[in-house]
Amino acid sequence: MPTLKPKLAMYWAASCGGCEIALANINEALLEVDAYFDFMFCPCLLDTKRADIEALPDGAIFLTLFNGALRTEENLEMAELLRRKSQLFVAFGACAASGGIPALANQHGIGHVLETVFRSSASVDNAAGPIPGGSSPVPGGELELPAFLQRVLAVHEAVTVDYTMPGCPPEPEQIVAVIRHVASGNPLPENGTLLGCTARAVCDQCGREKRGSLAARLARPFEAVPEAGWCLAEQGFPCIGTATHGGCGALCPAVAMPCTGCYGALDRNADPGAAALSALAAVVDPGESGGKAEADIHARLRSALAGVADPLGTFYRYNLAATVVADRSPEVEP
Amino acid sequence: MNQRITIDPITRLEGHGRIEIFLDDAGEVVSAYFQVPELRGFESFCVGRQAEEMPNITNRICGVCPEAHHIAAAKALDELFGAPCLPAAARIRELIYSAFFVTDHTTHFYCLGGPDFIVGPDAPKEERNILGVIRKVGLDAGKAVIACRARNHELIKKLGGRGVHLCGALPGGWSMAVTPEIAREAREIARQNIEFAQFSLETFHRIVLGNEAYRDLVLGDLYAHQTYSMGTVDAHNAPNFYDGTIRVVDPAGNEFVRYRPQEYLDHVAEHVEPWSYVKFPYLKNIGWKGFVDGPESGVYQATPLARLNVADRMATPRAQAEFERFFDAFGCRGNGPGGRNRPVHHRLATHWARLIELLSAAERMQELADHPELCDPEVRQAVSCRAGVGIGSVEAPRGTLTHHFTCDERGILTSVNLLVGTTNNNAPIGMSIAKAAKGLIHKGVVSDGILNRVEMAFRLYDPCCSCATHAIGTAPLEVTVRRSGDGTILDRISRGL
Repeated sequence: MPTLKPKLAMYWAASCGGCEIALANINEALLEVDAYFDFMFCPCLLDTKRADIEALPDGAIFLTLFNGALRTEENLEMAELLRRKSQLFVAFGACAASGGIPALANQHGIGHVLETVFRSSASVDNAAGPIPGGSSPVPGGELELPAFLQRVLAVHEAVTVDYTMPGCPPEPEQIVAVIRHVASGNPLPENGTLLGCTARAVCDQCGREKRGSLAARLARPFEAVPEAGWCLAEQGFPCIGTATHGGCGALCPAVAMPCTGCYGALDRNADPGAAALSALAAVVDPGESGGKAEADIHARLRSALAGVADPLGTFYRYNLAATVVADRSPEVEP
Repeated sequence: MNQRITIDPITRLEGHGRIEIFLDDAGEVVSAYFQVPELRGFESFCVGRQAEEMPNITNRICGVCPEAHHIAAAKALDELFGAPCLPAAARIRELIYSAFFVTDHTTHFYCLGGPDFIVGPDAPKEERNILGVIRKVGLDAGKAVIACRARNHELIKKLGGRGVHLCGALPGGWSMAVTPEIAREAREIARQNIEFAQFSLETFHRIVLGNEAYRDLVLGDLYAHQTYSMGTVDAHNAPNFYDGTIRVVDPAGNEFVRYRPQEYLDHVAEHVEPWSYVKFPYLKNIGWKGFVDGPESGVYQATPLARLNVADRMATPRAQAEFERFFDAFGCRGNGPGGRNRPVHHRLATHWARLIELLSAAERMQELADHPELCDPEVRQAVSCRAGVGIGSVEAPRGTLTHHFTCDERGILTSVNLLVGTTNNNAPIGMSIAKAAKGLIHKGVVSDGILNRVEMAFRLYDPCCSCATHAIGTAPLEVTVRRSGDGTILDRISRGL
């Protein structure tokens, strides 16, 4: 029974499935999705195959929500295929938008990943054995595995992206709002717009009070119990909400945990990690420097900043694919 | 001239799986393989991270079961930093965990695994989905499924901060206490969950076991495998999803070993095959003997069925009654070694076992929600990091999950090892697929019904990714039968929308 409803697709590349669950968590609004769209491709949920997509005319899909980063050649092929077949192509979630957690692998490169997972991890029994990949002869024939890309890519590094929807994962109410807007037939924002988030910082939606004070030092989340109702950054916890897009509803600070930046950097033109670092540095009291020796000043600053022991994992947690510091490691092939 | 059947893609946890089947000249199955063509490599890129961030990084391994990774990582951190979890925080963790088990098992039964039974393995493919389920059991049941997912996810969000990737775990504690209002909600949700679990079991008895054809499928040999079973049990040998000792029983039901999660490396190792990016765990003290059944092979399963096989009893009354009924149905109750139940080896019975766990989790949730000190504010403590090792484990819905961290004196991770739920079953999934393919495909003939029964062999392990919506189909399948050598396509069957 052919349908005239616009086709909606959702695909996952190097992902965790959380974006699909976020979609499922719109609950009864799924019936609206079904009313507006012909939801026709989503390997997590639906019975459609790659060959069916290949058989469609170019542009046949009205809207594709593409989640996950690009880790394998197969991920890349699917991004190219769906871009070709889609009128609107959305990088959905932090992995598609900026590499997400999987892009942390770019710190060392794919060689380190394979060596760790298949040779040196504590329970693996493969001291001299093969590293999986390529073509393997087995009884009856040959088995093949797709190759890895040298580094994890954000989707826009490989194909043209019309819109980006940040979040790890995007919050269900934001998904509903975007879908309703598209379905309403109202004009779409200009290409390149971020969807499903606000133009202001997480702090804007955060109920914790800013008192305008500076923290004596940065503290790790386990080092102290935060005071209720007071800005976590001002208490020295590395909350990067000030440098991060709002739209999530400030969920993590609401349960007294620092924002880790999953909705992406507010300033799209700045290096996201540098922006987060600056925002956090601004809440730390540098102390008096007058009359002190340089070495003492440095020691004071070092101890004040020791609450961030892993700057890369703190400031670049979701965006190591497409940043200035990406690929700095000598182990990573350009 | 060999033929080859490729089934690509199938739906599984975290994306992409593939089945390859090789036939001989006569069209009989020579071999079949379950391949996983992806890898993200958490064990590599978690090195260098701050240990306390592991609950918030490893939950991104899986968006379907982030709770399992979040809590396993939290338990590893308790040990790593020498900070035993505060009692009130441990209750919150387990309350979240029980709600998670309810929602996870619900979605699998109604949306992914269940349609094969509720609608039927040979029903038209467009019927074998949640819509078909609703037609069969009624719209109210469909609404109850959505409501069950919604209320439990909402509670997880209130207790854990976020709907998918929760963020409340800290070494030795939890970030926020339970308010009296949330406690009231939790009690009501637990009550509704018990009702829903009982309804689900009634449905299973009526529609599946009440139907001779389905019953034969469940009790038949096609999906049976004699392997070891693994699961976590409490001091009374009842299953416990949140904490306990890991127990392994042999195919006859003798206790093979019982160990603390911290000792896992003495008992489990992972074999590597060049043709899959997922490793193959096996019992180290028996050894890897390949993809074979029996007590001489180190292959084990860690599933809802395995957890019932290792248990002597259930911890809650309603689940206990169903547990007895289950082993009675297979003639296994009390006639194993030392009066224990004999293990059930019919893998399709995993669906029934999953519903018994659903009931058990709902009852456990009620116990926790009724705890007089649920709102105890002492949930978070200041701790310090130190160099050391921390190992934490839970039962994920898909099997025993272990997180193993080593860190330096600054609390920076120096090594990470993860033994993940679904990974435990990597070898059994391949074996079940191969056995089903060999039993079903003859003279090179394949059909939609045959394919669905091959699919059922992996789906019973809960290949995850279910969703309480209206439009879930069977896993997408395309089968191409080629002549090897020149690659001529001899037959092609696809299952589209």
